[in-house]
Amino acid sequence: MILGEKLTFEYAAYDETPPVLTLKGVDITVKAGEFIAILGHNGSGKSTLAKHLNALLVPAEGTLWIKGADTKDAENTWRIRQTVGMVFQNPDNQIIATIVEEDVAFGPENLGVKPTEIRKRVDESLAAVGMSEHSLAPPHHLSGGQKQRVAIAGVLAMHPECIVLDEPTAMLDPSGRREVMETITKLNRESGMTVILITHFMEEAAQADRILVMDDGVLVMNDIPRNIFRQAEAMQKLGLGVPGVTELAHELRRRGLDVADDVLTIEEFMSDKAIKSLL
Amino acid sequence: MKAQTNRLNPQPNEGAEETSPYIIELRQISHIYNEDSVFEKRAIDNVSLKIKAGEMVALIGHTGSGKSTLIQHLNALLKPSSGMVLINGKDIHTDKAKLKSIRQRVGLVFQYPEHQLFEAEVFKDVAFGPNQMGLTEEEVNTRVKSALEVVGLDESCYHKSPFELSGGQKRRAAIAGVLAMRPEILILDEPTAGLDPRGRDEILSQIKHMHTKLGLTIILVSHSMDDAARLTDRILVMNKGCIICDGTPIEVFAQGEMLKNIGLDVPQISSLMTCLHEKNSNLPTGIFSVEAAADAIMKLVRP
Ligand SMILES: Nc1ncnc2c1ncn2[C@@H]1O[C@H](COP(=O)(O)OP(=O)(O)O)[C@@H](O)[C@H]1O
Ligand SMILES: Nc1ncnc2c1ncn2[C@@H]1O[C@H](COP(=O)(O)OP(=O)(O)O)[C@@H](O)[C@H]1O
Ligand SMILES: [Mg+2]
Ligand SMILES: [Mg+2]
Repeated sequence: MILGEKLTFEYAAYDETPPVLTLKGVDITVKAGEFIAILGHNGSGKSTLAKHLNALLVPAEGTLWIKGADTKDAENTWRIRQTVGMVFQNPDNQIIATIVEEDVAFGPENLGVKPTEIRKRVDESLAAVGMSEHSLAPPHHLSGGQKQRVAIAGVLAMHPECIVLDEPTAMLDPSGRREVMETITKLNRESGMTVILITHFMEEAAQADRILVMDDGVLVMNDIPRNIFRQAEAMQKLGLGVPGVTELAHELRRRGLDVADDVLTIEEFMSDKAIKSLL
Repeated sequence: MKAQTNRLNPQPNEGAEETSPYIIELRQISHIYNEDSVFEKRAIDNVSLKIKAGEMVALIGHTGSGKSTLIQHLNALLKPSSGMVLINGKDIHTDKAKLKSIRQRVGLVFQYPEHQLFEAEVFKDVAFGPNQMGLTEEEVNTRVKSALEVVGLDESCYHKSPFELSGGQKRRAAIAGVLAMRPEILILDEPTAGLDPRGRDEILSQIKHMHTKLGLTIILVSHSMDDAARLTDRILVMNKGCIICDGTPIEVFAQGEMLKNIGLDVPQISSLMTCLHEKNSNLPTGIFSVEAAADAIMKLVRP
């Protein structure tokens, strides 16, 4: 689905700021249907990489193919943007129309989709994110989590195969975060949507199939969540962390209790052998 | 909690005689946006609240519950539709001329404050507020330096462009801009939103430092239940414009069901301890930190 080799990217110098090499030879592969999380400190290059995935930016060196189409080739841009949809952090900057369903229709309209087909896509997309009953609501009446789900529906209506979400939960309250995470995992598990989630919440990343860790423009880790979060110290050095329960498991190990070092959830913690023997 | 002296404000403000034991008091305030129009919205509904000098309080609630509206009343950016706002026992709306001094005494750090950094250099940006206060240049420089020191930005950052700072550093520079005005009360609206884990920890430990070392009264608005539990000893829960719960983290997070129903949550470690407690009642609940949880579990191993 996505194949990038030795991607480099540099933002142009501006004012007195020298140019920064933001991607330093990143290799990335994503298979269709995968759920990938990208972690990395602020400024590590996650958003820059994300913008490459739908050709908002193109690499200075190296090549990125989306379903075999080179993103550098301007002729492919249109098709790539249809294949890979993007959702951003701020729910208030993404919704333009004054009624929810009009906002969702905006993308397919731009693609020149027939009106009857647009209707169908809008209804399906709103249903997929659990927002059907709000189809006629003005967006400013919605909560942050609901707005993000509308933004996701807007992307779904373009029938992408992959959806890239750049910190979609950063500005949300706990229920908004839950709603968005449930929507994303459902799209991935039930519809086979390829999902790439950028986040600073370790508990969210733990739900992915695979985690990529960026550090100063370099991809420094690429593994399943279990193997990533096992390396609590390395993660800390990168300015990151591990889920709370994982941290607790590591702390207990330090104190001599033989808990597994790769528990990721409360359920796994509860069913750990060493913990069970105490209950 | 005992009121502490404020190191940033060694001389008490003239005229601010200590008549009230509370630095902040809200008496039955309501706020209605767009009153008498079809867009009328009661964002604050009859809220009363007392906060003592030197307290560190968290304010939690789902989006739209009224948190931002409430805190804007504390430095007179908003005026209540009804009710009274008292700072140090004085109604802040009786004397118009005092509003400027209220804004200086009650520092408000907005959400994503780094978007408001606009000077070419960090030092100049932090100096902006104090420069407006008619202080001598020397006094401004002293204040800027000490504010930057408090947030942990050293001299190497003074002449950098805010653009060259990391996300966490930018946010700290923005907080320094408010601190340089030497407020007695510091209100932060979601200071950790969008930061990576290290940036989050750094800001939180700076906030803790400002509380314990400088004796500032702090109100922390947060969507992070972990931050609220770890940092404060009093949590206010807002829902639909009302404060529906006011207690210690232990008291508040004991009501997990209620919190979930109003769009909130409990810290992950606290949910875990509840699950463990259900299986073995020797394990206590009301624990929020990894260290405390590890202590409790190890007690079962080696009593
Ligand atoms: N539009 C831009 N112009 C110049 N530099 C930029 C721009 N956007 C980002 N950068 C720089 O590129 C680096 C990576 O930024 P970004 O990809 O946004 O990181 P992340 O999303 O991981 O926080 C940072 O040093 C940042 O300052
Ligand atoms: N300037 C405004 N005009 C009209 N309504 C507003 C305004 N600001 C906030 N509101 C409404 O007041 C309620 C409380 O909002 P707010 O104080 O921002 O909540 P929170 O900070 O908890 O998310 C919401 O319903 C919001 O839509
Ligand atoms: Mg980013
Ligand atoms: Mg708010």
